[in-house]
Amino acid sequence: MFDFSILTNRVHELLISSMSEGLAIFVECILVGVFILIMYALLALILIYMERKVCAFFQLRLGPTRVGKWGLLQLFADLIKLFTKEIISLKSSDKFLYGVAPFIVIVASIVTFSCIPISKGLEILDFNVGVFFLLAASSTGVVGILLAGWGSNSKFPLIGAMRSGAQIISYELSVGLSILTMVVLMGTMQFSEIVELQSTGWFIFKGHLPALVAFVIYLIAGNAETNRGPFDLPEAESELTAGYHTEYSGMHFAFFYLAEYLNLFIVAAIASTIFLGGWMPLHIPGLDGFNAIMDYIPGFVWFFTKTFVVVFLLMWIRWTFPRLRIDQILSLEWKYLVPIGLVNLIIMVLIVVFGLHF
Amino acid sequence: MITIPEIPLDQFRDEALKLRNEKQMDYLINLVGMDWGDRLGVVYQLESTVTGEQIAVSTSTTDREKPELPSVCDIWKAANFKEREVYDYFGIRFINHPDMRRLFLRNDWVGYPLRKDDDPTDERNPLRMENETTIDTTTELELNPDGTLKDKENMIFEDREYVVNIGPQHPATHGVLRFRVSLEGETIKKIDANCGYIHRGIEKMSENLTYPQILALTDRLDYLGAHQNRHALCMCIEKALGVEVSDRVQYIRTIMDELQRIDSHLLFYSCLCMDLGALTAFFYGFRDREKILDIFEETCGGRLIMNYNTIGGVQADIHPDFVRKVKEFIVHLRGIIHEYHDIFTGNIIATQRMKGVGVLTRKDAISFGATGGTGRASGWACDVRKHKPYAAYAKVDFKEIVYQEGDSFARYMVRMDEIMESMRIIEQLIDNIPEGNFQEKMKPIIRVPAGFYSSTVEGSRGEFGVFIESKGEKSPYRLHFRSTGLPLVSLVETITCGAKIADLITIGGTLDYVVPDIDR
Repeated sequence: MFDFSILTNRVHELLISSMSEGLAIFVECILVGVFILIMYALLALILIYMERKVCAFFQLRLGPTRVGKWGLLQLFADLIKLFTKEIISLKSSDKFLYGVAPFIVIVASIVTFSCIPISKGLEILDFNVGVFFLLAASSTGVVGILLAGWGSNSKFPLIGAMRSGAQIISYELSVGLSILTMVVLMGTMQFSEIVELQSTGWFIFKGHLPALVAFVIYLIAGNAETNRGPFDLPEAESELTAGYHTEYSGMHFAFFYLAEYLNLFIVAAIASTIFLGGWMPLHIPGLDGFNAIMDYIPGFVWFFTKTFVVVFLLMWIRWTFPRLRIDQILSLEWKYLVPIGLVNLIIMVLIVVFGLHF
Repeated sequence: MITIPEIPLDQFRDEALKLRNEKQMDYLINLVGMDWGDRLGVVYQLESTVTGEQIAVSTSTTDREKPELPSVCDIWKAANFKEREVYDYFGIRFINHPDMRRLFLRNDWVGYPLRKDDDPTDERNPLRMENETTIDTTTELELNPDGTLKDKENMIFEDREYVVNIGPQHPATHGVLRFRVSLEGETIKKIDANCGYIHRGIEKMSENLTYPQILALTDRLDYLGAHQNRHALCMCIEKALGVEVSDRVQYIRTIMDELQRIDSHLLFYSCLCMDLGALTAFFYGFRDREKILDIFEETCGGRLIMNYNTIGGVQADIHPDFVRKVKEFIVHLRGIIHEYHDIFTGNIIATQRMKGVGVLTRKDAISFGATGGTGRASGWACDVRKHKPYAAYAKVDFKEIVYQEGDSFARYMVRMDEIMESMRIIEQLIDNIPEGNFQEKMKPIIRVPAGFYSSTVEGSRGEFGVFIESKGEKSPYRLHFRSTGLPLVSLVETITCGAKIADLITIGGTLDYVVPDIDR
């Protein structure tokens, strides 16, 4: 398996040989930042294209076909449109909050994105409380949404933002509980170690039933966190026109739009890292030959394949189910998912204490 | 021709109560404002759901300056919006009506357009460039115990209420309908429906058009019931003229009406699914509706505005492929309709969103005159096709779908089941279309003999009626269309109060109103 740290170390040495260490680290930070932004934008494009095509095929349509081969250039056309659109400023809005909200959303999303290990040696933010950091960073996004709703000084966005606040804060709990269940099993919160530990088998297989339950809860709660159907109440089109981003246009709107898609990717990526082994190939203990062949496939291919499978799963759900109502969404969380998550956590603790896992 | 006895104004209230209580006339079909030159009046068409008896009465006032009639909106809830409509058109104020605002026209409109002495070119009604101001108060003409009248001001919304505008441009109102909703968090406290955003004054226009010209307007009322609307008008005029249309025409009209009903119900399914967020199901309905539109296009030339029925027949004979295509379509739909139920009906979220939401009792349904699928979902057997058969409906065997629950899910299931029944009707007729004329020979200028005429058909979303008063001219003296959607909108407030804002969308979707039909 190729270790990307060889490559990054070589770049580091190259820079140190020509400049002071402080400057070298500064240059590296900029390089990494640019890398993240490019990855972020590219993934957003891929996801939007994928969503359009996937939903089109669910809906007996073809999706974009006119611009470019298979409509591939459609997204770039849309992007140019968004870049050139005027950013409307509202007369009675709170200018500062209204302006800052999309940035909070997108920054939260980018910071969360940086925590995900893409391949061996390709971890950007990797330290011993990685899981905590990730949960903390991802939950700041809701502040942006609330500010957007409040700052717009308009009624539909306010209702959308309130819904979003209630929903995201509630489902944060289930996400936390299901990840906590896995932390008990993993014994570490550092993402690189989490992936390494799965070299003998993915956690979803190692953790018996509780891991499977945690996986399902995580997918449901993660889907709700990203405000996607059937949990898309904050932007329920048929009720609130566009929810909290009704009053936004141009690039400000695009930030919300991008963050939504990237949050989808992030949820899927964390699911694949914690439950499905991240970039770790499929290893079956005892079958050394098979494992060796699997190792020939590069880590990032594994990572992206798993992630996009989960993304596809989430899209499938979105384009099949109708939307829930706000009281139903909250009772699903507080009456079902949280109790199940807590019981699941206890079972997992017992399994780990008595060493019953693989 | 129907005879309409006139009740003197001072006895009217007592007589109306007597009709309601003793003769059990619980269903107010129509409330039509009239201008008879020397006096202004109202015609009431009533029906008893117990005995099935129909009756029409009228009352009038000679005071043209300040016409005042007693309100019946406490006897029949349907009268609430209909009296507002009469006030809007004729300026007749109804005593004790709690909400005397204009229903369709702007608040700042001067004059009453359907009065015969109204001047449409009045320069006090210019093309206004500013928006209509929304008013939060309304007036009531209150009757004091000592017999004097007093103007009372009623508040619609208080100053500090959180009022959200849903519509007129909103994805869930299915057209330009505007709701003002007072919210308490997510819960609806009060709701006020504002109509008139697509008001075209079709009833006023009709008074200046010849009968064949009026035909062109009916398709534009309820565009998902174009065939049925036009069928009703043609039937009414044919009845008045004493014209018998051939069996062939009857069969073709029946088949077309049922195709139109399937078309409308498929669109209902699609739009309801979209409102509830199930976008994929939306496309299922449109996929199959397309096939019906293709069939229409071949025979009628139009897909939405068909202009097919004419006085004395139909515009053109059916296309040679018509029978084959209809049969193919029915086989196709029967084979594929399980997909609709797989993706939506059985879905736990969908059932949770609809069951127990927006319950309309049978009593309210009758009182509001909510016919069609909405009434039948509340246990009111109100299918005109069954109870007053017209065209070829007496010859076919079909079931009247009635559900008892009255909630959104029942309204949804009624329409899904009606698709199956409509297919059964078509199957029984399609192979037996008799030979004959598709068009009777009519006079070049049609003059309907003087008198009152009315006819009703079962439209896609309820009982659609035409009411004509003729003076023997080539255009009607007064023509009124019984809107199928107006009763549905008038009952929205009753069944949404206390529900969530998302339930309003469900209720609106399952009531299945079409706005151009409400506004006319």
